[in-house]
Amino acid sequence: MKFRHTLLVLLLGATGGLLSARAADLSIGLAADVSSLDPHYLNVASNVAVASHLFDTLVQIDADGKLTPGLAESWKAVSPTIWEFRLRKGVRFHDGSELTAEDVAFSLDRPATILNSPGPFTPFTKLIVEKRVVDAHTLRLTTAQPYGPLPLDMASIFVVSKKAAAGATTEDFNSGKALIGCGPYKFVRFRRGESIELTRNETYWGPKPAWEKVDLRIISADAPRLAALLAGQVDAIENMPPGDILRLKGDTRFRIEQRVSWRTLFLQLDQARERSPYVTDTAGRPLDKNPLRDPRVRLALSKSIDRKALVNSTLEGLGIPAASVVAPGILGHGETLKAEVYDPEGAKKLLREAGYPEGFGLTLHGPNNRYINDDQVLQTVAQFFSRIGVKTKVEAMPLAVYFGRLRNASFSIGLLGWGSLAGDFALRNLAGTADPASGWGTWNWGGYNNPQVDALLHSSLASVDEKKRRQLAEDAIALALKDQALIPLHHQIATWAMKRKLRYLPRVDEYTFAHQFGNAASGAR
Amino acid sequence: MNFLLRRLVHGGIVLLAMSLLVFAAVYAIGSPVDLLVDPNADATDRERVIRGLGLDRPLPLQYLLFLKGALSGNLGNSFIYGTPAIPLILSRLPATLELALSALAIAVLVGLPLGLYAGTKRNSASRLIEGFALLGFSLPTFWIGLMLILVFAVDLQWLPPGGRGPTYEVFGIELSCLSREGWRHLLLPATTLALFNIALLIRVTRSGVADALGRDYVRFARSRGLGPAHILGVHVLRNLMIPIITLLGLEFGSTVAFAVVTESVFGWPGMGKLLIDAVGTLDRPLIVAYLLLTTTLFVAVNLLIDVSYGLLDPRLRRESGDA
Repeated sequence: MKFRHTLLVLLLGATGGLLSARAADLSIGLAADVSSLDPHYLNVASNVAVASHLFDTLVQIDADGKLTPGLAESWKAVSPTIWEFRLRKGVRFHDGSELTAEDVAFSLDRPATILNSPGPFTPFTKLIVEKRVVDAHTLRLTTAQPYGPLPLDMASIFVVSKKAAAGATTEDFNSGKALIGCGPYKFVRFRRGESIELTRNETYWGPKPAWEKVDLRIISADAPRLAALLAGQVDAIENMPPGDILRLKGDTRFRIEQRVSWRTLFLQLDQARERSPYVTDTAGRPLDKNPLRDPRVRLALSKSIDRKALVNSTLEGLGIPAASVVAPGILGHGETLKAEVYDPEGAKKLLREAGYPEGFGLTLHGPNNRYINDDQVLQTVAQFFSRIGVKTKVEAMPLAVYFGRLRNASFSIGLLGWGSLAGDFALRNLAGTADPASGWGTWNWGGYNNPQVDALLHSSLASVDEKKRRQLAEDAIALALKDQALIPLHHQIATWAMKRKLRYLPRVDEYTFAHQFGNAASGAR
Repeated sequence: MNFLLRRLVHGGIVLLAMSLLVFAAVYAIGSPVDLLVDPNADATDRERVIRGLGLDRPLPLQYLLFLKGALSGNLGNSFIYGTPAIPLILSRLPATLELALSALAIAVLVGLPLGLYAGTKRNSASRLIEGFALLGFSLPTFWIGLMLILVFAVDLQWLPPGGRGPTYEVFGIELSCLSREGWRHLLLPATTLALFNIALLIRVTRSGVADALGRDYVRFARSRGLGPAHILGVHVLRNLMIPIITLLGLEFGSTVAFAVVTESVFGWPGMGKLLIDAVGTLDRPLIVAYLLLTTTLFVAVNLLIDVSYGLLDPRLRRESGDA
């Protein structure tokens, strides 16, 4: 140990200039590759995170998931179908030109013009039937029907400069030519698969970012990302590998920042079909009846799970038991809901009442490369089920295979995680009666169907009054969970690791933004 | 000439079979749309996406359209990157080739002398070399990579733990091996990748030398009064070169292929990392283009080996001339 330290001191003397970057610079290790710098091309987290440095949105999301003014100073519903956004005055793009309502209208039109994207941004813009530029700083958006979540949708559309982006292709963005936003950072260089270099926007309208130069380095594998932090190559990393968190907590050179994220994990059940593909009797023969249709069986499964043990042991503390489909603090969570209490005896009693005193056989499906310790979570849940007599096997597979099969209803029970900033939105997709034309129930493969829940969700999504909407969303979620439309398991905890001298305000949406890092000493964030 | 033509037709068939196989396999796994389209998207959104990517057509038609494009040198746009697949891969090719060639160079510079030594001398040093070769065969690449990072980057902080150093453009190709900083980044991944080849070269050279030293031509050379260094460096080495070049040629292909693992461990921005990401997101055009390119590389390298045999061994040249 001693020898190592002496050696280190000697080396630091020799290579100090290389190892310690300038104080006003920040380099961050990102966990996923950035495929395109076009902010309207592909709606995946890694691309959105980088775009958020270069571009602003009308409405911003704060660290707790609340809507705050961005390029729009204020917004209000002037009628149930018309939202008015007032733009901040004097905001300038990186090229010096001033932001006007025309740029915003152009940015709202642009996603629909990109035809070859597998994950377009059109779900956020298609409900707008008319965009009216009232004056240079006022924009009125008309929706086909009353629509409360429009401000939230506006937090997903980056505002580009009409002058720079008109006619620009995705390649023009990647080269930096069309990459003109009004975000806190300006573009310097994109080294594909390696890094994105940024420099501070000195004329930014918002709080001045603490860092002059930012280097976002893409290090997608866990161990190398951690090694880069330990070796001092980067100042901070996102998505800290769970196994090493404890070790780093005890190391005075580093700091860990954590918070409950929006990602909620739950089980979806095949609850409509007469027969289900992975349900058998206790001997392994297919059952001609689907026990998951009975709410008592679903409740029994929920009661059989010891969620505290699940988060403490299987997740190594990186989760909290979930009572709802969205995380605490998010619209619709409902503070009165409680996580289902662990009650194996009650569960067995329910199974007896439902006519399955001997239990039955089940296969639980889930991904093995998506959520924190996901394959162990599956194993743990299967053991809880087996203890009440529901003999459960586990089949875990890569996400690329899993999602398609899940949505085709190839399973009887499946694990899914959902990150959402609005409970009514989440529930609409997960438990709304499936209707491909309206986009309801797109992930409701289990076939849950309750007209009352649908009605509550319709009113919730149509409320432009946020207080009313919150109440309706909470009611809808409570009602769906009473039917065990799905079985909530836990909310994940997201972890960032950084050098001791830094602070980060951890975000509920798990995004990593350079402009939200600060010096520990000054406390600035 | 006839021979060359036959090999080319052969290569073409391999490429065709390969593309068909990969095309069908990726289709069987699933659709990238399920993975990437926003959960809020409704049926019209989904259909628009599926049509936009050309996934609404029946699979055989998709494949025929792909072949039509391929004949004019266009393997389609990557779904995820939204740009043509071939330039995307080619932009990553220099990084991978730089890594693979550095690894082979290290393997030759280290493995060949060690093998020659172990083949001529029987002492404790030669046994140590053989032991090292055994380790090089049996330890998995990713583990060695992680250990090297732990020791040289995290503990000693001599070398960076990953990434590629600054690059300079030479004839339009971005190279990092031209600066000290670039080499500092290159050293750990290249060594990791070289380890297996070092072990292989030690083995092959050692047994080759041991075998050659008992041959008649070495005895004659010795009786002509030539020094051991001359015999080893000129006569033995020249005869050894045929199996070693065969080996290096074959190994070059698999070194490029195995670079996938090393690239992920060291965050090296080469083609391998691109492939891993593409598989994870079912980016079919990119996967197909990548595999076609590597197959082409294998076919080309094998061809080059056959040609170089002729250059090294006059007997083979004459025989192929007769055919």
